[in-house]
Amino acid sequence: MLDPAVRKLALSHFAVAFGTFGLAAVMGFYQVLERSGMFPALQSPGVYFASVSTHGVLMAYVLTTFFIMGFGYVTAVSSLKTPLWYLKGAWIGFWISTAGTVLAAIPLLLGRASVLYTFYPPVQAHAVFYVGAALLVVGSWFWCVIMIVMHGHWKKAHPGEAVPLPMFATTANAILWLWTSAGVAAEVVFQLIPWALGFKETVDVGLARTLFAWTLHPIVYFWLIPAYIALYSFVPKAAGGKLFSDELGRAAFIMLLVLSLPIGFHHLYMDPEQGTGFKLSHGALTFLVAVPTLMTAFTVSASLELAGRIRGGTGLFGWIGALPWRNPMVLAGILAGAMLVLGGFGGLVNASYAMNAMVHNTAWVAGHFHLIFGGTTIIMYMATAYYLWPRLTGKPLCSNTLPLAQLWSWFWGFAILTTAWHILGLLGQPRRISTVTYNSPLTFAWDPYVLTMVVGGTVLTVSAGLFVYILAQSYRQASTGTVPAYEIEYAEALGAVTRVHPLLNGFRAWNIAIAVLMLMNFGYPIAQFFLIKTFDSTPWGY
Amino acid sequence: MHIHPLERKWIYLVLVVIGLFLAAIFYTALVRNIHPPSHLETIDSASLHLSKEFAEDKLGVWTEPDGTIKVTVVAARYGFYPREIQLPAGTPVTFRIASADVLHGIHIPMTNMGTMVVPGYVSEITTTFPKPGEYPMLCNEYCGLGHDHMWSKVTVVAKDSWPAAPGTATIGR
Repeated sequence: MLDPAVRKLALSHFAVAFGTFGLAAVMGFYQVLERSGMFPALQSPGVYFASVSTHGVLMAYVLTTFFIMGFGYVTAVSSLKTPLWYLKGAWIGFWISTAGTVLAAIPLLLGRASVLYTFYPPVQAHAVFYVGAALLVVGSWFWCVIMIVMHGHWKKAHPGEAVPLPMFATTANAILWLWTSAGVAAEVVFQLIPWALGFKETVDVGLARTLFAWTLHPIVYFWLIPAYIALYSFVPKAAGGKLFSDELGRAAFIMLLVLSLPIGFHHLYMDPEQGTGFKLSHGALTFLVAVPTLMTAFTVSASLELAGRIRGGTGLFGWIGALPWRNPMVLAGILAGAMLVLGGFGGLVNASYAMNAMVHNTAWVAGHFHLIFGGTTIIMYMATAYYLWPRLTGKPLCSNTLPLAQLWSWFWGFAILTTAWHILGLLGQPRRISTVTYNSPLTFAWDPYVLTMVVGGTVLTVSAGLFVYILAQSYRQASTGTVPAYEIEYAEALGAVTRVHPLLNGFRAWNIAIAVLMLMNFGYPIAQFFLIKTFDSTPWGY
Repeated sequence: MHIHPLERKWIYLVLVVIGLFLAAIFYTALVRNIHPPSHLETIDSASLHLSKEFAEDKLGVWTEPDGTIKVTVVAARYGFYPREIQLPAGTPVTFRIASADVLHGIHIPMTNMGTMVVPGYVSEITTTFPKPGEYPMLCNEYCGLGHDHMWSKVTVVAKDSWPAAPGTATIGR
């Protein structure tokens, strides 16, 4: 049961998450218009790159981190059926992260931190931006500790019992985030902040990029795991069925945790500062981390088929039509799956060691990650918000059909936008340009797809506005008295799990495995900057 | 651990597919020697103009004594120098690129010529252009507010009509 204190905590996190989402969505719309070159009055690289930087930081860091924290608190309390441990700490974390967000937003909006969301030294942003970003992360560490401690307390109180799957996955994500954020934290604290404050004159760009690669790519799984939790725990129940397999769900979350950490070099395939051997090893592990996602695809599909057949669907595909498509959670689950298939295919192309050269830094990459992140991940955040809202506010949603229209338009918006980007990428359009200016016949072929991009962006902006409207309107309306019982219900497993192997119930051994893998894959690549003669760079403006 | 037989089959299938992908990558990497550009050669970006290779009068297209073609390029905000180069089709060409300032990326659309250009390192990449034509050689990594305008023109001509004879240095401008 969710007591008022936890409900308020969660709603505060969601307010920051979805408020910034609304702001960032408007910036996304400006960017497609600016990029199209159709509106000369909008063309300004200064505004464009400030806008891209803010959009990236708000969507990828702020929306995700706050949503994950709020959702985590709800999950811990409702799945473990215990009060929240250290409520005060949770609020301290919230306020530190919020202060960090505000601090980072000021230079971003003033155009004093147009370094995009990967920082790009030796281009130097205002020091306040780096400090704000660091505080956002520091605040989230409070959440990590609370999740891990609650997981531990529950296990101690229930010896030998299986930790409920949603909490197991949340703890995996907290541990993942601690490991993940260490790389970028080291870069920001030891390199960028002293350098931006003038204590150090130069920066080792190769080291900075390598440390950032530590955080990429696992940060993506930090964002994705809550979407997977909804797929495993909410979607089967909403469809009227059961979760096909609890144990393989645990195995999938462990594999996501262990294998996603030592693979960041696939972002450095085209970089000169790391050798081929380590790139190849990171590439191989990147392919292995596709395994838990393919397992998830099976488990979720099988759970949905089970539900469809319970509801009377027959034949090879009849169960699909029998699913409750008008339930936002089920609809989102299906649409997320569709986008995951397409985006995952693009991801395997990106991960392909040498094949990556064709698409590196082209619009293809933007298409890929908008499909996976904006599509798969955020659509599940949206459906989760629709599910949680009545249970947090005590009021039903303001409409039953608007959420469906919103989810469908989100899907079609991304289908249109990312199709255009994938094609533009194959035609060689770079991803991080504002208006296209190349005076070359080769680039005329880009024009129709640039127009398609504007259509997709327009649909998405309407959809994003609708999402924020539905949540705000539902919150504002008067209580109707049909208050749900503040209960969150999770899907039961087909084969009830009471006892599982300790390796599938805790993380001690897996942390050791991660440490070994990280040492093997990042040990020398980081040490080399202290062993070979490298030349640092002086700071540059933009 | 209890695994449904159908799920077991799926996992085997997944592992086989991933195994095939990895086999293809390891085969092309280890047997065919196809790698992304990883050069690990350091250089001081602040004094490129004083270096033997990246001084202003050394930039451009060179035919080495053994007949191979080398192109030295400096990437600096906001252009690739030299601004225009001419190269033969169907011939291996080795680009050596250094940044004078910040992070850049270089690529030629519709070809596999592409690499990051990180200050402090020399990026090297060898490729063969399959067909003649006029290509933009553009910066694909955000490098500042003039990033949109950072590109050079590459003209690829038929092998026979390419002017340089072996052993001579040609600077394409």
